[in-house]
Amino acid sequence: MLLIKQGDAIEDNFRALADDEALPEAATVMVSLARWQAERDMLIQRNAPLGLRLKSSESPLILGDDVHRFAAIAIEFPTFKDGRGFSYARRLREQMGYDGELRAVGHLIPDQAQFLARVGFDTVEVKDDANLASWARGFSDFSVFYQTAADRLTPVFHLRQMKQAAE
Amino acid sequence: MYRYDEFDHTFVAERVAQFRGQVARRLSGELSEDEFKPLRLMNGLYLQLHAYMLRVAIPYGTVSSRQMRMLAHIARKYDKGYAHFTTRQNIQYNWPHLGDVPDLLADLATVEMHALQTSGNCIRNVTSDQYAGAAADEVEDPRIWSEIVRQWSTLHPEFSFLPRKFKIAVTGSARDRAAIKVHDIGLEVVRLANGAAGFDVWVGGGQGRTPMIAHCIRKGVTKSDLLPYLEAIMRTYNELGRRDNIYKARIKILVHQLGAQEFTRLVEEEYARLEHDTLLRIPSDEIARIEAYFAPPRFRKLSATSAAFEAAKASDKGFARWAKNNLSAHKVPGYAIANISLKPIAGIPGDASADQMDAIADIMERYSFDEIRVTHEQNLTLPHVALDDLYAVYQALDAQGLGTPNLGQISDIIACPGLDYCDLANARSIPIAQAISQRFADLERSADIGELKLKISGCINACGHHHVGHIGILGVDRKGVENYQVTLGGSADENTSLGDIVGPAFTEETIVPAIETIVGTYLAIRHSPQETFLQTYRRVGIEPFKDKLYAAH
Amino acid sequence: MGQTVQVVTANRLGDGEVVYLGPDLRWTARLEEAARLETKALAQERLTVAQKSVEEQIVVAPYLIELAETPQGLVPVRQREVIRAAGPTVRRDLGKQAQG
Repeated sequence: MLLIKQGDAIEDNFRALADDEALPEAATVMVSLARWQAERDMLIQRNAPLGLRLKSSESPLILGDDVHRFAAIAIEFPTFKDGRGFSYARRLREQMGYDGELRAVGHLIPDQAQFLARVGFDTVEVKDDANLASWARGFSDFSVFYQTAADRLTPVFHLRQMKQAAE
Repeated sequence: MYRYDEFDHTFVAERVAQFRGQVARRLSGELSEDEFKPLRLMNGLYLQLHAYMLRVAIPYGTVSSRQMRMLAHIARKYDKGYAHFTTRQNIQYNWPHLGDVPDLLADLATVEMHALQTSGNCIRNVTSDQYAGAAADEVEDPRIWSEIVRQWSTLHPEFSFLPRKFKIAVTGSARDRAAIKVHDIGLEVVRLANGAAGFDVWVGGGQGRTPMIAHCIRKGVTKSDLLPYLEAIMRTYNELGRRDNIYKARIKILVHQLGAQEFTRLVEEEYARLEHDTLLRIPSDEIARIEAYFAPPRFRKLSATSAAFEAAKASDKGFARWAKNNLSAHKVPGYAIANISLKPIAGIPGDASADQMDAIADIMERYSFDEIRVTHEQNLTLPHVALDDLYAVYQALDAQGLGTPNLGQISDIIACPGLDYCDLANARSIPIAQAISQRFADLERSADIGELKLKISGCINACGHHHVGHIGILGVDRKGVENYQVTLGGSADENTSLGDIVGPAFTEETIVPAIETIVGTYLAIRHSPQETFLQTYRRVGIEPFKDKLYAAH
Repeated sequence: MGQTVQVVTANRLGDGEVVYLGPDLRWTARLEEAARLETKALAQERLTVAQKSVEEQIVVAPYLIELAETPQGLVPVRQREVIRAAGPTVRRDLGKQAQG
């Protein structure tokens, strides 16, 4: 799998830790919610950055203030048609004030790129043979937006009035 | 009607470019069919029995003559010279080629149209009242907020991959001609205590496999609060709607499962969090700007009666019949709402040829302030025709086979395309519609029967809206043979009801006699010719019909 | 009803046209020209071969249908497939049935 940011492949600093795998002392790992809930006290004592991976049925609201303990949060899309992650991302950004790396993992397609970026995802995990050019293009498919999102872009309703005021 | 500004034009051009790229990637194999399918569905492109089918969006059913001529042009250039008007006020083409669709969309964009979100698990075309801006009983033109909701729901980044399709309808009047109570969200424009217009919000209606009537979850939402309120509903649905079973994934199932009270609590908890976000709200100046597009046309000052109209009725019996049946009262003296039936006797319900569409464009441009509406009963409505002009309108329509005086009568049948076209169907619906229409071809007879809304669906998805037919027919497959199940007493107006199954299904041979029996039973039992079929049914219940239908068994 | 045989069918990607797999492993728009697959094993094997056409962007979603021997020749067992092979029953001027 490749990790991309705005269409460019980047280094993935996090290693996925299986639930039954021993916890390494200093490594940068990503754990499941189940593991977080079971071993929270031990996990928060570590010095290394910690990542969390949420299933599509796991709303981030369950984390409460602990959300800020994670350097990265990955949200799963078991199929690209399962759009729950779009709402979770907005909650993380807009409701919980999360400002770490937000990562979309699972099955996603380049045509979702701009939606993912707008709701707050920084990075996307894609297949090794993914067409990075399509992803890069996808992030700028549209320049006109009818709604705001986590990016707080000004929607057309407001832009029109601002434009009129300026004229 | 709404006119695109530079933002809207830019958006739709970007959308065409995006789809062009998606088609190219599909044809090159970069996108598999599984990956392409939701993308093409989001652009209204289905793969049906014989070919692709493209569903073009007609926002709240409103079309200008320029747009109608383009729809005719598209039928000729990219299709087989005809199209079909649907129960969600859209139009469908049955034979486009995949490679041509980007050019077709580019042509549509030149007249401010598109095919966005007419399919797929996203927010679909916002539908409304075909009498908007013309009926006297309106609180406010429902198309204003239909347009605002349309824009807000266009490629919403958070709500484009919902558990299932999502349908919104808006009525501007207590008399509901938009069927809001069988929609996922229904909005009724109401007068608030302070005199301003606001909304009653209904959620969780729908037809299909599990028909349900919506619940009013909040009365009197102000205009300023509506969009954040809708966001709260959509977010609740997006997060909690079922993802494991497509037959249980509509919002109606979620509302039913949680209970309306708990569902409302979740929505309002979310809404409370969004209340202060000004970017979610539409500025009042912008509301006013959009409202201006729906200002009434420059009506002439006419007298309430027209000598020419009366004289024409006296001299032309066909016109008199059409005028008696197909017109509705207009709020401005000297004008009428003129309904065009797309249900010629024994014809295909809702279809129109390219020539007919061009003729309709001429008529609407000349006689109806360049405006026409598609109805959810697969007909067309000319909203503003001067009484003086009605005869000319009728003659022009009649010359095109569009003058059938059967609006709302038994031969004004709503039928989905069914197994003749649709990949999902279990049975054919159009031939049944044709046979019933032929049986009741006698216009005197059908006028005497009066208002009788007969709706046919070829499968459980209920695109023919059979659940809300006064008589509903559902085509089913019984061991490879088409069978037809009958329901009675459905209605899509403000007193929404779902039809009751009358008994065992009928065959292709016995369905028409069964309808005859039902009609005959009604005629025998009704208190007077003024008591409609639905009124009689609600008075006497199903037993008399059941008895007569299954008497021999 | 007489013998049944199977045939592979799909829709052409480019224009959505209903097509059938012929004996030369090419796709034809005419049911009469389809390869008749007499055994289940052969039918499954041909269906697998048809996947290549999917990967080559020629067709979409191939599947097997059953045809039965009748006095009129081989006719699809399912009504849906009869309609797919001919065209809409309500517009005899459209679809394959109109192409002579």
